[in-house]
Amino acid sequence: MNKVKTIIRKEWAEVFRNRLVIFTVAFLPLLMMAIPLGILYSTRGVSSLNGITPGTELPTQVTQSLCTAGTGSPACLQVFLVSEFMMLFMIIPVTIPVTIAAYSIVGEKTTRSLEPLLATPITTIELLAGKALAAVLPAILATYGAFGLFVAGSWIISGSGLLLSALLDPRWLIAIFIVGPLLAIMAVTFALMVSSRVNEPRVAEQISMVIILPVLVGLFGQVFGFFILNKQIILVVAVIMLVLDALLGYLAVGLFQREQILTRWK
Amino acid sequence: MIHTENITKKFGEVLAVEGLSLDVSEGEVFGFLGPNGAGKTTTVRMLTSLIGLTSGTAQVAGFVVGRQDTDIRRTVGVLTETPGMYDNLSAQYNLQIFAELYEVKDIEGQVEKYLRMLGLWDRRADAAGTFSKGMKQKLAIARALLHEPRILFLDEPTAGLDPEASHLVREFIAELKKEGRTIFLCTHNLDEADRLCDRVGVFKTRLLVLDTPSSLRTSVFGRKIVFHLRTADPHWVDVVEKLPFVREVKLVETKLVVAMDEPEVRNPDIIRALVDAGADIQFVGELRHSLEEVYLQLVRGA
Repeated sequence: MNKVKTIIRKEWAEVFRNRLVIFTVAFLPLLMMAIPLGILYSTRGVSSLNGITPGTELPTQVTQSLCTAGTGSPACLQVFLVSEFMMLFMIIPVTIPVTIAAYSIVGEKTTRSLEPLLATPITTIELLAGKALAAVLPAILATYGAFGLFVAGSWIISGSGLLLSALLDPRWLIAIFIVGPLLAIMAVTFALMVSSRVNEPRVAEQISMVIILPVLVGLFGQVFGFFILNKQIILVVAVIMLVLDALLGYLAVGLFQREQILTRWK
Repeated sequence: MIHTENITKKFGEVLAVEGLSLDVSEGEVFGFLGPNGAGKTTTVRMLTSLIGLTSGTAQVAGFVVGRQDTDIRRTVGVLTETPGMYDNLSAQYNLQIFAELYEVKDIEGQVEKYLRMLGLWDRRADAAGTFSKGMKQKLAIARALLHEPRILFLDEPTAGLDPEASHLVREFIAELKKEGRTIFLCTHNLDEADRLCDRVGVFKTRLLVLDTPSSLRTSVFGRKIVFHLRTADPHWVDVVEKLPFVREVKLVETKLVVAMDEPEVRNPDIIRALVDAGADIQFVGELRHSLEEVYLQLVRGA
């Protein structure tokens, strides 16, 4: 465990000297928080849902499941709008760690620091765990921080108890506190796998970014009304993510071939 | 301390190391000489458990390569071909990271000891990226020594360094030798090998020869004695050639170069024969081939 901590501290000491990384870690959560808050702010003056027909403009599923406490109220519209952007908070734990992790192994190849590191008695699991946690932890903290600010901002802007209770219901909490970290682990594990197989940092980053696609599918799927993320769906996603993370972790350790990494790198 | 039996390494169809068998004793400085691409780094990587063997067996400090890899990595110190420091981090922090990974007990003390020993203490807070090549190399040597390994693998420790830095590194290796550490020194700096190594192995995919530097000279070129004469006369070549123990005679300007075994025993006979033939001998000395000549002879012949 001490070696894992050493790797985490080393990674942070290196990574957070990079302004681009600091910008990504700080800016993205702020942006993802600002978008729904801006929408809430712009809709705060809506006094009724005149002209909006449940089942057409507002999906019936929304009015039935999200607005049970006050169907037809303006707060319901706000709950609906904000729910549309829950997936934005899923983009944070995917994007931030990929930026860090994609460079992690291939960066050490380019600076030739990987061989001395591999010559130490560190195991592959310790090395990958250290590098993964160094990328995952800032992403999780940024996600939690952004969500905390979003909840506070929503309450200040809307003053709506309905909206606040909607944001703190199990659906949101599971998404933010369980699915978010699981997504971050998936993104990082995938990025580490890519990083250990390629020889060019930019290629590593570009390939690793593919992992954001499922989240974007979720975001646009909900925005275009193909589905509404309810508690059941999110729980199913969490279970799938858990299995996927375990599988990817196993693959990442298996694919981390010290010999290939050292001898194929020129 | 290091024992290999017929180890071979193949990368696909490419044979990098073929049937290497050698023993390196405790406290010995073993020079592993060879041209670029000979397989020296591959051998070091195999013996430090960074890459696997294709066939054969090897033991390092009693641990079996391929089965006790973590123990081997914990026991040995490695100076890799390139220093590979974390350029954005300070020299001190670079060493602290590795001290932690090597499970060093007194991390602060060991880091300070080697930074001072290698003359880097005053620059400890500076980023390694600001260091010259020589300083980075010294920092990498310090990193390899933090856990006080009894076996050190040094891969081209003076490659690319200026003469002053090379000299400092060489002096430091000599100090390590005095401490009784076993050193496996990969180099193509033959002067370095000559000065530091107890034995050398000349290697080009396979081991061409393995001996002490002085025995190597004798085995490759034989012993040659130079008789410095006042004047040159081809007749004296005939005089010496007639002696039964002489293998070869050459007259180079006023010097008569005679190849033979046991010159300590035979020289008086040659001197007597030359003086009887009327030669004035000014002085006599042994022709000493450089290790470079030996190396080139072996590598070109391979």
